[in-house]
Order: sequence, then structure tokens, then C-alpha cells
Amino acid sequence: MKFRVERDVLAEAVTWVARGLPARPPVPVLAGVLVDANEDGTLTLSAFDYEVSARITVPADVAESGQVLVLGRLLADISRNLPNKPIDVSTDGTKVNVACGSSRFALREMPVADYPTLPAAPETSGTIAGDVFTQAVAQVSIAADKGDTLPILTGVRMEIDGDKVTLLATDRYRLAMRELTWSPSATDANHVALIPARQLSDTARALGASGSVELALGHGGDGLIGFEAGQRRATTRLLDGEYPKVTSIFPTSVDTEAVVETAALEEAVKRVALVAERNTPVLLKFTDGQVAIEAGTGDDAQASEAVEATLNGPDIQIAFNPQFLLDGLHAVGTAWSRLSFTQPSRPAVLTGQAEADSEPDSSYRYVLMPVRFAS
Amino acid sequence: MSRRQFTAPTRGSSEPPDDTGCTVLHVDMDAFYASASLISRPDLRGKPVIIGGASGRSVVLSATYEARAFGVTSAMPMARAQRLCPQAVIIEPDHRRYAAISEAVMATFATITDSVEPLSLDEAFLDVSGAVRRLGRPTQIAEQLRDTIADEQGITCSVGVAATKFVAKLASNLAKPDGLIVVPRDEVVSFLHQLPVGAIWGVGDKTEEHLHRLGLRSVADLAHTPVETLQRALGDVAGRSLHDLAWGRDPRPVVPERREKSIGADETFAHDIDDPVRIHRELLRLSDRTAARARSAGMTGRTVSIKVRFADFTTITRAKTLRHHTDVSRDIFATARELYDRLGLQRARIRLVGVRLEGLVPSAVAPIQATLDEPEHGWREADRAVDRASARFGAGSVRPASLMPDRPSGSFRERRDLS
Repeated sequence: MKFRVERDVLAEAVTWVARGLPARPPVPVLAGVLVDANEDGTLTLSAFDYEVSARITVPADVAESGQVLVLGRLLADISRNLPNKPIDVSTDGTKVNVACGSSRFALREMPVADYPTLPAAPETSGTIAGDVFTQAVAQVSIAADKGDTLPILTGVRMEIDGDKVTLLATDRYRLAMRELTWSPSATDANHVALIPARQLSDTARALGASGSVELALGHGGDGLIGFEAGQRRATTRLLDGEYPKVTSIFPTSVDTEAVVETAALEEAVKRVALVAERNTPVLLKFTDGQVAIEAGTGDDAQASEAVEATLNGPDIQIAFNPQFLLDGLHAVGTAWSRLSFTQPSRPAVLTGQAEADSEPDSSYRYVLMPVRFAS
Repeated sequence: MSRRQFTAPTRGSSEPPDDTGCTVLHVDMDAFYASASLISRPDLRGKPVIIGGASGRSVVLSATYEARAFGVTSAMPMARAQRLCPQAVIIEPDHRRYAAISEAVMATFATITDSVEPLSLDEAFLDVSGAVRRLGRPTQIAEQLRDTIADEQGITCSVGVAATKFVAKLASNLAKPDGLIVVPRDEVVSFLHQLPVGAIWGVGDKTEEHLHRLGLRSVADLAHTPVETLQRALGDVAGRSLHDLAWGRDPRPVVPERREKSIGADETFAHDIDDPVRIHRELLRLSDRTAARARSAGMTGRTVSIKVRFADFTTITRAKTLRHHTDVSRDIFATARELYDRLGLQRARIRLVGVRLEGLVPSAVAPIQATLDEPEHGWREADRAVDRASARFGAGSVRPASLMPDRPSGSFRERRDLS
């Protein structure tokens, strides 16, 4: 095998496929990236750890076709650090030589025969605009559980009904839901999938720059979802199990609504939360014209700050885990935020809106359970 | 009941002791559990009585002075106590009564001063410096206290009166039973120096042995050893503190209301158990009891720990810190069970299991991150309802179905609630 490829092309390609590689794989070959040079002038890199697969095809001057397996992270590090000149790759016995300018690297070749076959992606189901997909996944995956108590809650639930896609995640303390439209291949598209949140957000971030992302949930993928954007393809194994019913979690009524400038509230909460010790909340006191944010109790450090707010309904005092509140404010993505409350002990709903007096944009909703005191 | 008894040092002077400045009182009930148990059994007064489970595997909780004369001490295995004193009458402990008497005694203390530092159910330090003008000299206050407690509770206590906590505690111990010892300020050193090193607070068997090996037998020996030598032998802090105590220097003030740091319960089985189902059931019972006690104390904790003692007396503890504070029986049980299961025991023979809730803070200030899916009335409310039923109909009137007795009771013996 022998080929020449541009530094940037290789660096970008290998970074994409090696991004999900495990640091300490259960089987050594799973740390590898499969490099496949074809005499038609293409170079295909792929990686697979039985959960996630990634593949990319880039142009290259291929003098001699062939296939090798090398350590993925090492190849990524090397290609990123090489000077901006063409890179020559060739095999020599059990070594893979990488030459660029006057740099020379000899990498150990790993046994290709032991490498698992990448799964075939299911049939394509439709396409989403790349930026919308990335934003939506980021908005929802923050609410997925990071722990290991309930594996099912570490996933993002994707529900597709015709041209409507609903993404949803919850760790039982908060719930994030985003609705968006896409272009399904068939108008009667109907799928439900539970995608591991970490892998989904990694993939969505990496594909975000592309104009559009194809999702594949159709036939042929047994428990897999496929993503494709340009020359990049990925599959992720879906989570198994019954996702809890969450429709009843959305409050059906609103007693108090407050509209605040998102950035102002986020900054203020961030500052006040500096004195909130682990597991202690920030208290938000909404009165007409402002919300006062307080944290810290008794002999410990205390902080308070006020932010302008438009209030509709009776005053309310409610306490939140500061990080959970910040996650929502960060994710809402609009200049203004609307917070809807019923009782200090019941969930609050955060939605975004473009202007102080515009209608709320309910395509994204972040439901947050308050902190209360035991007595 | 103290492990060690020492004879009171003789006083140099025959004058009545001068209690000026001796504002620290250490009040300790005499053989508390035994005396309290004898209130309803006056026929046993003056006879050797041991309080504890009747099974040979439980330990002595307390004993009357008549039984102590035979060498019976607290925490001694019951089997051994019975061998030492076969004629002793054994009475099962009645924790509810002990708690009631303790509460009444503490209430009596509160009428004298706000500065009460309880050490356990049956002993406390009192700082009476603010009560002297109102109630008289410390010795008079102490006598008054002893009379009140004897009249109202029917049990006796001993009081040590001194200028420091350390000396007061020593004095009350030497005054037992039913006595009062005043250690005037200018007699502290001569009082202390006649005592063996083991009398000093903080000198246990290990340290005592260590000191004996260094040839230090009396407090006087200790006092006349250079502090550097003690620090080399025992460590900087311990060496310095022993030296200070040997000269009667004890700056610790009486700190009112020591906060409970943990709440827990454990159970020694009548026979070693290797059946995981029964262990789980016992963990449930202990978790229930621990949670109920936390709730009645108005506390919540974040760390749950379990203790497992095997047949060979090896003891292990495991702890897990939860995401949020809890006083919910079910949460505590789920964690205790998880900790136990994670030990991966293959039918190991177990003698004792215990459950403990740590990192306590008052419920009023313990934040709880509620979950979206929790019902308005959940386990917390169920627990509250159980507490109300227990208050009205007695502990255990409402309990998990798996804890209903399925055979004549008596397979579990010797309960000890520890706080």
C-alpha cells in the first residue's frame, strides 16, 4: 500500500474516525483505525468499537491499493502535528511509514484479520439541517443522566412522526424536549429510537458543520442508527428498553410567568452560585420587576443579586440546583427566557423567546424540578 | 458504667474542700441501666443483677454494683458474666424507659444551667458558673441535683466538682456510687498525681500498655516526663495533651448540646447466619429503625454505612454517600442492601450486621432535589404516617410485610440501638 494525501485532509479525517476510540479498549485491535487505500483515488478510514462506528472517504493519490490497521489516536496526533505538506504513507513489512517533509514515523501494523467488520447502516429515513441537528442535540442531551443508576436515562429519545422529530431526555431532575421539522424520505415515517446521549452529542457536534445530516433508522440496521453527512458516516448502537412515560410531567397550568434576559440571569446565577456549597440550591425570589437570586445560609458565605424581570401572576420563591438551572439557561439559545411556575414544590418550565414581549418559542422546553427542604 | 475503677486519692487537708472556681460538674448516673431497670423490681435491690439479653451471645449492658463485685463489667459477653456471677438475675433492657428517665434527668439539668453537654443518655457536663449567684456554691448545687434526681427518678448519681471537665469526670468516677467529690483548684495536682496513668481521659488499654513499657505508671510519672519525650513516644498531639492533663490543664469548655454525628442500629444474631435473605430482612429492619430515629431527631443524612461482623469477629464497614440527604427508610435500605450485595459474600457466616446514617444535618436545612416523577405523596409521606402510627400504637405497629413475624418470635435477640 502506498499513497499521498494532503496534511489537512488526513488530519481532519483521522480526527473524525478516532474521536470515539476508547483509551483502554477491551481488545487491543479496537484502538485501531482501518486505513483502506483504493486505486480509484480514494482513501477510506474507519473505526468501530462495537458501539459506535465511524467512516470517512477522502481523495488521495493512491499508487498501490491496500489495507492497514494502525493505532488511531497515535495517527490522529501525528497527522495533526505534521507540517503542512503532503504526507506519504506506505507499508514496509510490518511497519507503516508516515513521511512528511523531513519527518519520518514508523507505526506498528496491527492485525487486520482480527478487526471486526463495520456494521451496515440502515436505510436512510430523511435529512435534517446540520446546524439545527447539532443545536437540538446539544439542547436535549444536557438533561440525560450521566450516572449509571438507570441506563435507559443515559439516552436521548428520538421520536419521528412524519416530518416532525421530537428529541427528549431526562435524568428525573430535569427534562429537555426539542421539536423540529425535517425532510423524511417517506411522508409516513415513524420511528422511535433511544440513542446514547454522549455518543449522539459527539456525533452531532462533529457533523454540525455539514449542510445537512442524513439519519438512517430504516430497515437493515438491527438496533442501530446511522448518520451521514458528506463523506462522513457513523452508526451508533441504540439503547434497549422501555423509556418512562413523560407526558404527565409537563405542567398543565401556569400561575406565574416571568420573562428575563437569558444572559443576565445566567451570569447572575453563575456568580451567586459560587457560595452555594455542593447540593445546596440558589433561591429565586420573583417579585414585580425583578428576580432576586440568593445562595448560602447561616454562618457560611452568602451572596445575592437582582435581575430585571417581567412578572405575570403572583410572586413566587423557588429554589433550584444552580447547575441544572444554568444548563437550561445555556441551552435555551434565545436572548430572552420565560419561566413558568405553579407551586414552589412543583416543576418549572423554561422556554425561550426572541424579544422581551414576543410569544414564547415552545419548540424547546426545559422542565426543572425545584429543590425543597426535608421538613 | 466505667470500665475502670480507681480508689480516690487521699486529701492532704482535713478542711472542707474549697469549691471556689470549681464550676464544672460531671454528673453520672450510677449503674444507670441497672438502676432504671430495678425501679419496677424493688425486690431485686441489693442483689446482683445484670442487664442484657439472656442469650450467651449478647453482651452486658449494665450491672448492679453487687454484680460488679464479682467482676462483671459492661460490654462483657453475657456468657462470661454468667460464669463470673451465676446467681445474678438477668433482666432484658427496656430502652424506652431509659430514654424517658434520661430525658427527665436532662430536663433537671436544664433548670440549673443552659450550659449542659450531654455525653450519653446517663452523663453530662454542667457549667454552673452562671448559676452560683442564684443557687449557691457549686457543691450545694451538686447536692441539690443529687437529691432531686434521687427523689424524682428513683435512681442515684455521682457528681464530680472541679475547675475543668477532665478533673470533674475523674472525680465523679471516684465518687461512685452515690457520692460527691470536690477537687479544689489548688489540690488538683496532688489529686491527679496519686492516680495511675490509666485514669487519664484518653488513655486506653493500648496507650496504658505503651506508657507502662516506658516505666510510666502514675500520673506523677507522666507529669515529670519531659513533654518532648512523650511526644516522641505518643505523637505530637497526644504527647502534649497527656502532659497538659497530667498537670490538670484542660482548656476544653463545656459545649452545650453536642450534635449527633450519626444515627444507627445493629443486631447480633442468636446464631451466626449465612442466609442472604435473612440478612436482607435484618438490614430492612435496621434501616427502618435508623430512619425512624433520624426522623424523630429531625435529622437527615447523606452517607449510609453498613457494618458486618463475621463469625470470627472480623468486622468490616462499607459506606456510600448519596446524591441527596435522606431520612426515608426505603432509601436507606436500598443503599444498605446495595452495599451488602456488593460485598459478594458466598454464604459467609455473619454474627452481626449494622446500619448507620452519617453526615447528619437538621432536616430544616437539608436541601432535597425532588424528582419529576415523584408522586405528591411518596415514601417520605408513608414514613411520616408510620411514625404517627408508631407514636400512637407502639413501635412496629406498622412495618414492612417481610418483617411480620412468621414464627414464634425470639430468633433475634439482643437489640442495641446505638447513637
